[in-house]
Order: sequence, then structure tokens, then C-alpha cells
Amino acid sequence: MGTIRVDNLGKAYRVYGGRWSRLAEWTLPFLGPRHQLTWVLKDIDFTVHTGEAVGIIGINGAGKSTLLKIIAGTILATSGSVTISGRVAALLELGMGFHSDFTGRQNVFMAAQLLGLQGEAIGRLMPEIEAFAEIGDYIDQPVRVYSSGMQMRLAFSVATAVRPDILIVDEALSVGDSYFQHKSFDRIRQFREQGTTLLLVSHDKGAIQSICDRALLLNGGQLAMEGEPEAVMDYYNALLADRGNYRVQQEKQEDGKTQTVSGTGEARFVDIALLDEQGQRLEVAAVGQPVTLRIRFRAEAALPEVVLGYQIKDRLGQIIFGTNTAYLDQPLYDLEAGETVEYRFSFHAALGEGTYAISVALHTSDTHVLHNYEWQDLALLFTIINQGQSRFVGSTWLPPVMECFR
Amino acid sequence: MNLLKALWLYRGFISGSVKREFQAKYRNSLLGATWTILNPLAMIIVYTVIFSQVMRSRLPGVDTTFAYSIYLCAGVLTWGFFAEIVGRGQNVFLEHANLIKKISFPRICLPVIVILSAGLNFLIIFGLFTLFLAVSGNFPGWVYFTLFPVVAVQILFSIGLAIILGVLNVFFRDVGQLFGIVLQFWFWLTPIVYPLAILPEKVKSLMAFNPMATFVAAYQEVLVNGIMPNWHHFIWIAVVSLGLCIFALRLFRKRAGEMVDEL
Repeated sequence: MGTIRVDNLGKAYRVYGGRWSRLAEWTLPFLGPRHQLTWVLKDIDFTVHTGEAVGIIGINGAGKSTLLKIIAGTILATSGSVTISGRVAALLELGMGFHSDFTGRQNVFMAAQLLGLQGEAIGRLMPEIEAFAEIGDYIDQPVRVYSSGMQMRLAFSVATAVRPDILIVDEALSVGDSYFQHKSFDRIRQFREQGTTLLLVSHDKGAIQSICDRALLLNGGQLAMEGEPEAVMDYYNALLADRGNYRVQQEKQEDGKTQTVSGTGEARFVDIALLDEQGQRLEVAAVGQPVTLRIRFRAEAALPEVVLGYQIKDRLGQIIFGTNTAYLDQPLYDLEAGETVEYRFSFHAALGEGTYAISVALHTSDTHVLHNYEWQDLALLFTIINQGQSRFVGSTWLPPVMECFR
Repeated sequence: MNLLKALWLYRGFISGSVKREFQAKYRNSLLGATWTILNPLAMIIVYTVIFSQVMRSRLPGVDTTFAYSIYLCAGVLTWGFFAEIVGRGQNVFLEHANLIKKISFPRICLPVIVILSAGLNFLIIFGLFTLFLAVSGNFPGWVYFTLFPVVAVQILFSIGLAIILGVLNVFFRDVGQLFGIVLQFWFWLTPIVYPLAILPEKVKSLMAFNPMATFVAAYQEVLVNGIMPNWHHFIWIAVVSLGLCIFALRLFRKRAGEMVDEL
């Protein structure tokens, strides 16, 4: 129970030349088809095993929602097949097709009936659904007066009232406030522990990395990559900047992590190092130690503007800190071809114990999306150990001044 | 068989939807469901008072006070049932686009809901009409029960047509507009308000090709004249209705996937 197998799946929409073309095609079949097929999904193959959590990412229009709808059974595939075992609950877009004139309670009944539940069972579940949604007296108001967040709360509560074998969630959760997001992710985690298979579309990197075992990247209707969430996410970031003469390259490193390097190559990193106060390279630093991040790069072509940025990520890939020279109000202008530049960023390693990775990027303006010269993930790894500071947990060092009165 | 199984599994949704639709109609009214009775009652009273008392219309060959009113009601109620199923059916997929796109459930539930909710209305209004017949001493006796197969076949015919129009309407919105006009002509081309007898012979023979004329005539014969429907005509219409239904289901199956893309 709870497996999804997608074989060679394709979805095409028919596009007709004119208003009358469809009628002509239907009534005069011997004249042949008069439509063109626009493929929005092609050659999709993957399997999700019982209890696995898989995230699907991709830019808008990559086909994520279409794929989920086909798996959930609302739209039909043009080619290939989807084999599913077990009961599916799907939260597609917003509202689960709520009827705006009926009250929340009536809609809950209808939605539950649409999930195949019968009257008494719904009556039994009702108090719990109400309690989970936490929308108070609104439950007896017509849905048209609900905010989109409230609709989502109710929809999520109904869809997950009974643990499904497979749960499909399409970005729906992003509408909710952070309180409800936490609450719903907790429920999703519980389901996972009990063996529910999860298929999730999200642009939220944190959500994908913290819940999913695996991620799929869709690009232009095709499966561009499949693998560990962090590596897929990095690749996705690189793809976001996909323009013209552009390369994206991924390498497995010794420690099993995948490094992504992407960009046009108009500027290249030469050396990236973390130094102590004496200028010696560091691999291990103590909590709170003053360190310097030294980055050297060379402009391979004449460049009107270069912004250098870096991010420090923890072992889960969450960003602990990131900035760039545009944020710091010091971008460089008018670089000549062949010019080498060195930047030094000095700071106290106010980090908790553990390993950290630094990603660096060279681009124009203040994000890497517009024009990406080079982006390197996992450019540098270092470890923080606690030497001489009192014990603490977490990834940030915020030493308090303690006072106690009694 | 799969069809019936799916309908059974989703019986909760079907009965719930019928109930909701019924409630929705009177949700913000003070008298609530009483209106379900008041509306048809008013219609029956208007027809009886106007035609039997004010205009003193008489049916040729039948000389009782209420004959024409009963004739009219028999036709109008039957037509109303047919028009409700077809009218609602042709929009049923468009109306529920939101549901169809977001939730996976057997789509065939939707036309079934249309039949049941139109059937419920018909049951109420026809029940009242029957009560009126009994009270006014015009109840036709056991012949009344021959109407049951007539209603069954009429439903088959209506829903077949409704599904076909419903599917076509998704692709060609003109269908809905066009059929509104067709329905008006069809009403006046069926002997509902006027008796069949006033038509010229040539036109009369054409009535055999109007299925609604056959249905309406069956009700009129039973309720006004107290005689059984013409079963010869009826078998023919039953075959047509069945064929229409099969065609409708096949069209629906074939286009169901494309339909969702179009909604």
C-alpha cells in the first residue's frame, strides 16, 4: 500500500487552429486531425515507495501541478500510466473545490463525502476536523467570507482527517500562516511515521529539505534531476539563472555530497580560504574565534559590474548567514579582462558546534538570477568546535550576559 | 458494472448533494421548504381557476369542468420535469468545473444528482397534483400506476439528452444557448397547451417523431381519459431512449479526459 509508479508519463493539450476547427474535426473525422499537441509533460518515469517522502520542485510552468493532478486522478494522461496502490488524499491548489455559498461545516461534509466517506463516519470526525482547523465560529459561516488561509486550514483538516496511504500536497500549505504551517507539517510528519507516502510540491527549500527523502526536479515538462533534496535544490538554484551560454555542473565529492558549479564563466573563482588572525588557513575554528574569509576571483572578460556574495550553510543545507557586496553597498564596476580581485570578509565565528559549508557567487545586481557569472555550492567546508566557551546547543552562538536575582 | 459500483461507493456524496441543493434553494427564506409546496400549488390553482372558471375552456370530447386544467397540468408538469433535467444537465459539468478540476471522484455522480434532485421536485409537485385529482374526484384509478414505466423511460430519455448536451456544452458553449431556443420551439411543437386533435392530419403524423409528444400524450391519456398509454408508440420510444443513453455514456467516456482539460 502506498506506492506510486509513474511510467513514461506524458500530457499534451490540444490546441486548435480556430473556433471551428474542433467542430470540423468531430464532424468530419475522415479529414484527419486539426489540432496540434502541446506537450506539458513528457517521458516522466519514477517510483515512490511506501512511506517515502518525495518533493517535486521546478519553476512555474514546469509541469509540477499537472503531474500531481494526473497522479491524484483529476486529469487524464495522454500517454504512459500511473499505478497507485492505496487511498490517496490530495490537496490541489486552494480550497478543495469548496462551494462558496455553503457553510464551512456543509463543505466539510461534501468534501468528506467526495473522499468516499459516509455520513456517520463524517459526523464522528467532525469535532476533530473543527478542532484542527481552529477557525472558531466561522465553521458555520458561508465559505465566501473566509480568507484564503482559513479555506486552506479547513481543506487541510478535511483531507487529512483520516490518514491516507498517499498524501499529495500542491503548495497549498504556503497560504497558511506560520503557526498553521508548523501544525500541518507536524501532522504530515506523524503520518510519515505511520507509513504514509508523501508527494509534495513546494518552492520552500526548507520544507523540501526537512521532510523529503528525495527530490525530483522538473524542467520544461521533463524530469531534469532526481536525487538527494539538497543536491537537487542546488541544481534548481543554478537552473533558475539558466540563460544562453551557461553551464551547470555537478560533482560528487569525497564526503558523498554533491557540489554544483554553474554560471557563464565570465568571472571565475581562483581561491577561497578561511584564515585565522595569523593568516593561516583553517579547517577547524573555535566558537567565537575571529576569522577571515578570503575570496579571490578573476574577470575572464570585461565586466561592467560584479557583485560577490557568500552564504554559510549548516549540515542540513539551511542558510545561517548570507550577504553580498551589493547588500554591503560596495559592488565593483568596470572590471577589465584578466583582472584579479581579492575580497576579505572578517567576522567572529559565532556559530554552534558542527560542520558548515560556504557557497559563493559572482553575479550582477543583488541576486544571482539576473546574470550569473559563477556560483559554487560547497566551495569550502569547515568545522566549529567549542573550546573554552560554556556549553550550548544550536547553530548560532549568542552568549548571554546572565544576571540572577533572588 | 463499474459504474454502479462507483455510484454506490459515492452514495453519500450523491444523497448529500441532493439534500444540499434542496436546502440551498430555500436557505435564506423564512418559510423554507414550504415554498416547495406553495409554488406548484399556486400553479395548479391558477391553471384551474383561469381555464376552467374564467375562460371556461373545454377539451373536445371531454365535458367536465376540470378536464382542460388536468390536461394542461399533465403536460406542463411532465414538460417541466424534462426541461429541468435537460436544462440542469447541460450545465452540470461547467457548473462543477471547480470540483472536477480539483478532486478525483466518479464524474457520473453529477448527472445522477441532477436526476435525483429534479426527481424530488417532480415527486412533490406531482404528488400535489395527484392529491388535487383525488380531492376533485378525477383520480383515474388503477390506470394511474401505468405512469410509472412512462416516468422511468422519460428519465432515461431526458438524462441521455442531458449528458450529450452537457458534454458538448463544455466544448461548444453555443450548445447551451442554442438549446434554450430549441426548448421553446419544442414546447410549442408538443401538444401541451393545445389538444392534438386541432392539428391538421399532416402535422399529426409528424408527432410520432416527437418523443416528448409521446410522453406527454401518455400522461394526458391516463389522467384525462383514464385509459392506458399507447404501448406501441411507447416501445419505440423506450428503444430510442435506451439508445440515446448508451450513446451518451459512450460520448461521455470518450471525452471525459479532454473535458477536464477544457474546463
